[in-house]
Amino acid sequence: MESYLFPFDSLICMLLGISFTVWFTLLLVFIIVPAILGVSFGIRRLYMNSLIKLFEWATLRMERGAREKNQHLYKPYSNGIIAKEPASLEQEIQEMRRGGAEPEFDMSDIFNFCRRGVESIVDDEVTKRFTAEELESWNLLTRSNYNFHHISTRLTALWGVGVLIRYGFLLPLRVTLAFTGVGLLVVQSSIVGLFPNGRMKNYLSDKVHLMCYRICVRALTAIITYHDSENKPKNGGICVANHTSPIDVIILASDGCYAMVGQVHGGLMGVIQRAMVKACPHIWFERSEVKDRHLVAKRLSDHVADKSKLPILIFPEGTCINNTSVMMFKKGSFEIGCTVYPVAIKYDPRFGDAFWNSSKFGMVNYLLHMMSSWAIVCSVWYLPPMSRMEGEDAVQFANRVKAAIARKGGLADLLWDGGLKRGKVKEVFKEEQQKLYSKVLVGSSEDRSRS
Amino acid sequence: CVCVTVSHSQITRLYSRFHSLDKGENGALSREDFQRIPELAINPLGDRIINAFFPEGEDQVNFRGFMRTLAHFRPVEDNEKNKVLTPGEPLNSRTNKLLFAFRLYDLDRDDKISRDELLQVLRMMVGVNISDEQLGSIADRTIQEADTNGDMCISFNEFTKVLEKVDVEQKMSIRFLH
Repeated sequence: MESYLFPFDSLICMLLGISFTVWFTLLLVFIIVPAILGVSFGIRRLYMNSLIKLFEWATLRMERGAREKNQHLYKPYSNGIIAKEPASLEQEIQEMRRGGAEPEFDMSDIFNFCRRGVESIVDDEVTKRFTAEELESWNLLTRSNYNFHHISTRLTALWGVGVLIRYGFLLPLRVTLAFTGVGLLVVQSSIVGLFPNGRMKNYLSDKVHLMCYRICVRALTAIITYHDSENKPKNGGICVANHTSPIDVIILASDGCYAMVGQVHGGLMGVIQRAMVKACPHIWFERSEVKDRHLVAKRLSDHVADKSKLPILIFPEGTCINNTSVMMFKKGSFEIGCTVYPVAIKYDPRFGDAFWNSSKFGMVNYLLHMMSSWAIVCSVWYLPPMSRMEGEDAVQFANRVKAAIARKGGLADLLWDGGLKRGKVKEVFKEEQQKLYSKVLVGSSEDRSRS
Repeated sequence: CVCVTVSHSQITRLYSRFHSLDKGENGALSREDFQRIPELAINPLGDRIINAFFPEGEDQVNFRGFMRTLAHFRPVEDNEKNKVLTPGEPLNSRTNKLLFAFRLYDLDRDDKISRDELLQVLRMMVGVNISDEQLGSIADRTIQEADTNGDMCISFNEFTKVLEKVDVEQKMSIRFLH
C-alpha cells in the first residue's frame, strides 16, 4: 500500500517546491525590489481602477433591482439628516427680543433650548465621528453593508468571489509582506546602529526606514497620492497631521523620514521601537513621563533645536477620528515655537475603511480588517509651513493650522475635543450657554450679582 | 396611539440613529445613552429634554417610544397631506407641541406649573449668573401675567393663552432633509 504513495509523495513535494520558488521570486521581483528602489510598476493603480469599475457596475445593478421593485435605494446622507438652524442660540434669542424695550423672561424661550436639544438627539456633530463613515454605495464587503438591499444573485456571487480572493490570496500575501517588512526593519536598523554617528549612518538609516515602510505600504495594498511634495517637512520642524488610524504613520513615513513620538510599549512594539532608535533618534516616553507636560515639551524642543535631527511627526488630535472631520488640536505641540508643517490625509472609504474604532476593535482585529479589505486608497497633501504669528497664542495657532488641514482635505472643522470619544464633555460649556441666556434675560449692562 | 406619517427612509435613518446611540445594544436607550451626546449634555435643559423620552417611572425607552416623542417635532404642514380620518389629534399638532413644552416646566407632572417649579427651571437655564431675588421676581412677574384663576400656578390652558401669539409650529419643528 505504502509503495503507491511514494511516487505521488515526491511529485507533490516537487510541485510544492516549485510553486514556493515561483511565489517567492514573484514576490521579490514585483514587490520587494521596487520597494527598495522606490519605484512602482503601477499594478496597484490598475487594480484600483478595475475595482472602481466593479463598484459602479454593482451600484447600477442595485439601482436596477430597486427600480424593478418600485422602491428607493437607501442613500446615506453625509450632510446630516435634518436641516438645522444656522443661527447660534444667542442670535435666536436676540431675534425674539427685537423691539422689546425691557429684557425679560418669556415662557416661549424654552422652545429654543428644547428644539436644539431634540435636534442634537436626532443628529449631532460629534458622536458620528467615532464610528466608521457610511458609504454612498456598497463596496462588496459585508462589514460595510448596512441597509443596502436589492442584492441580486450575480452580486452575491461576485461578493463570494471577492471573499475568496481577499481571504485566500490577498490576506496571506499581505501578512507575509508585513512580517517581511517589520522583520527587515528590526534587523537592518540594529545593523545600522552599529555604525558610528555621522552622515553615513544617517544616510543608511533613511534608506533602511524608507525601504521597510514601503514594503509595509505594499503589505496593505495602499495606493497613495502625494500632492505638493515641495512642502515636505524639513529638519527642525514639526509635522502635524489629522489622525485616522495607526496606518497614518506608515503612509507618511514611506515618503519621507520622520522622528516618531510615542509611549514605550512592551512586546513586539517594544522590540521595533528599540531597534528603530538605534538607527536614528526617535522620542519614546515612559508611561510616567507622559503626564509631565514640561518634560514632554522640553524633549520636543531639544529635538527640534538640533537641526541634524529629523522632523517630528505628531498627531495633535490625540485619538483616531473617522476621517470625516478634524477635531480639536491639543496645544502642546504648538507651544514649542518652531515651524509647523501641516499635512492633510484623506482616505477613500470605498476600498476599505481605515478608521480604527479602538473602543470596538483591538489592534490585531483591526489589522486583519485592513489586510482583508480591497485596498487602502488615500491622498496626502503637504501644506505650506506655518509659524505662530505675533499676538497669536498657542490655541489660536492650533486652530489656524487645523482649519487649513480641514479645508485642504475636505473635512469638517470641529471645535469639539476628540477626547469625547471616551470622556464626558466639560461643564464649562454648559456654563457658557447659561451665561449667554442670562445676559439676554437681565441685560448685559445691568449689575449681575452672583448668588 | 395617534399616527403621524413618517416616510420609510426617515424611519430607517432614525432607527440607525437609535442603534448608534444604544451602546449597550439591548434595544433600548437609557439616560446615560442620551447624556453621551455632547451637544445635549451642554444644553442647560438637557436633563429635562431627556426626561421627556422616559414615561413615568421607567428608565428605558425603546424605539417605539423614541419615535413617539420625536413625532411631536414633525412640521405641521405635513399633516395637510394626511388630512385623513385619524381620530384625535396627531402628536405634532400645535396643542401637543405646547403640551410637550408645558411638561418641560411641570417637574412633578401634576398638570400645574408652580412658582417653585418655574424657579427651578429658570435656575437650570441661567446657572449661577442671576441672584435668587432677581430670579424670584422674574418668576413672580411671569406667574402674575399668566395666572387668570388666582391659584398662583399656571395651568395648561393659561399657558396656551400666554403663548397664543407665538409661532409654536415653527419653533418646535424639525425639518428632515429628503
